[in-house]
Amino acid sequence: MSAWISANLPYLLAGISVGGQYALIAIGYTMVYGILRLINFAHGDVFMVAGLIMVYATASLPIYISVILVVVATVLLGVVIEKVAYKPLRSAPRMSVMISAIGVSYLLQNCALYFTGGLPQVYPNIPFLSKVVQVGPATTKMVTIVTPILTLVLVFALVALIKYTKVGMAMRAVSRDFETSELMGIKINNVISMTFVIGCFLAAVGSLLYFTNYNSVIPTSGAMPGLKAFVAAVFGGIGSVPGAVIGAFIIGICENIIKGLGWTVFSDAFTFVLLIVILLVKPTGIFGEKATDKV
Amino acid sequence: MKKILALLLAGLMVFALAACGTPAEPAETEETETTEATEATETAASGDTIVIGVYEPLSGDNGAGGKQETLGMQYANSITPTVDINGTTYNVKLEVADNESSNDKAVSAASTLIAKGPSVILGSYGSGVSIAASDTFGAAGIPAIGVTCTNPQVTDGNSHYFRICFLDPFQGTVLANFAKDELGASTVYCLGQLGNDYDQGLINYFKQAAEGLGMTVITDSFPEGNSDFNSYLSNAKNQGAEVIFAPTSISYAQMIVDQAAAQGITMPLLAGDTWDSNVVLAATQGKDVTVYVTTFYAEGGDVDFENGFKDWINGDSTNLANNGGDDMIAAVSVMGYDAYYVALEALKAAGSADPADVLAALPGVTYTGVSGEIAFNDIGDAIRDTAFVKQANTSDNVWDFVKVQSVAE
Repeated sequence: MSAWISANLPYLLAGISVGGQYALIAIGYTMVYGILRLINFAHGDVFMVAGLIMVYATASLPIYISVILVVVATVLLGVVIEKVAYKPLRSAPRMSVMISAIGVSYLLQNCALYFTGGLPQVYPNIPFLSKVVQVGPATTKMVTIVTPILTLVLVFALVALIKYTKVGMAMRAVSRDFETSELMGIKINNVISMTFVIGCFLAAVGSLLYFTNYNSVIPTSGAMPGLKAFVAAVFGGIGSVPGAVIGAFIIGICENIIKGLGWTVFSDAFTFVLLIVILLVKPTGIFGEKATDKV
Repeated sequence: MKKILALLLAGLMVFALAACGTPAEPAETEETETTEATEATETAASGDTIVIGVYEPLSGDNGAGGKQETLGMQYANSITPTVDINGTTYNVKLEVADNESSNDKAVSAASTLIAKGPSVILGSYGSGVSIAASDTFGAAGIPAIGVTCTNPQVTDGNSHYFRICFLDPFQGTVLANFAKDELGASTVYCLGQLGNDYDQGLINYFKQAAEGLGMTVITDSFPEGNSDFNSYLSNAKNQGAEVIFAPTSISYAQMIVDQAAAQGITMPLLAGDTWDSNVVLAATQGKDVTVYVTTFYAEGGDVDFENGFKDWINGDSTNLANNGGDDMIAAVSVMGYDAYYVALEALKAAGSADPADVLAALPGVTYTGVSGEIAFNDIGDAIRDTAFVKQANTSDNVWDFVKVQSVAE
């Protein structure tokens, strides 16, 4: 039994850790979708840019100041993207905003390619997070343990914010009905900016955790985690914060179990098969709201 | 008002893009600089210019290695910028095309290069891109000299691709022998990238040789863009492997080394020529890992060359950045340097800059380079029978020379 545990614990640890990181990205997708009905395809790339900012910031600044700088700069980037690329299109058909999001995604990737010269950048060690620790019979980095805890704390804080604060109430109202809430005197622009602030803050935290684990940043680093976080958001029911988190953990853990079973080649395929199956069987996801037909 | 604002913002974004250019300018600037330099000498010598095409990955997974290989050629070009053919002195100009480490970008990069009229092409780092572009070079009738692409398929079945390095069947056998004799392994876990010709090819030859020596070989693959190697490393451990053989690209190597250290995996990591890079070495620093590589050249083989190369690297910040930020000599740079001189020998033997003449002359070319004797066999491969084994020194940031390994057929 103990041999079985020591053999399989690393897979579970890796799964929980990567699941937590997907969760932090997935929240950004799900919140923006909830409010704007927009799938923000640039979100994964914002996550990658956060990683690059850290690489360049630590080159000249102490590590803890860099961490703060990363969070602030990422949040700013998210808000700027919204103001420049999405806001002018708010009255345009939804498809135009989506196409704009894809444009932003490629713009960020190619700017990153230009800045890095195409070379993989080594992510700096954050002393506390990169410390190697012993968990029962397995050895891993501190970040593996910190990730799920931090993710859950942040999610509870976020749910509380949505439930009990004024801005949270405004968010819920806007997600229900855009025009009516505007008529009720809610400042739509502030609510939307707030959504991007929260989404990008979590993406920045996620990037700190993710790249400490996988210490190489390339311009396409954000693509795969972004896509998987998107699947997690759909799986959990897009628009639902707890749904995105649970979806992310399920995907992270399943992926690593599949790798452990020896089907390493299929681990990514599994994620996307899951996407298709959930869309066929339960299009609204686990926690999704039922679509009500307003005839 | 709103429209003006939108326009202004759009203008700002374009400006920001333009501003991106200043901090990290990749190879392009350098290229123009060398062009300017050659143009200056051109007027002095009043000769014609011969173009040598450099077909290398300057971005993507293999960008770091491709840049180092290109540096070797640029250094050689800075030392010998001219070639005498039948008593006329020609200037040699390097034209660089970036294949982005990607098989689907390979053909367009090759076509771009051909449009610049090269007499001969050098490259690429990475076997997949070389195989992908081979037909394009062949159709244009331009000979190509592979520098460090070790997969047999590069030169197999065609008459225009040559190569100056050893091959994977040889390298795989060397590695298998090393794993058995020096590391005493009986079970080896092999990890490569799915669909990567280099990784899978080398693993295949390693497997053949290792099974011939009575070892058990487990193979596993990861998809492109993967960054989580924890589960793969756990697989290796759980299946009782004593050595992990992972001949991957540098960017994955970095993550494999880091995650192996974090998981407390102490079994040796073994890899081929790609891992012989200062990027991989930097990833091993201060960690409890054992990394062995086989490579084309060991430091100390030619001190004059090394000093000259280091001075040249340190003299230019772009070169320094392209070499990964320090002046360590990568074996691929040495190979790039030798490849340039092989190309010059071929031009001299051909007696003209016409690609067809160069192609006809290449099989007979011999050259003694920094990395040893270079002569081609019937297929167009260099006749090489030794590889160097090195181990990463995790505290001093250097590669320690382990042994010269050759295979008795």
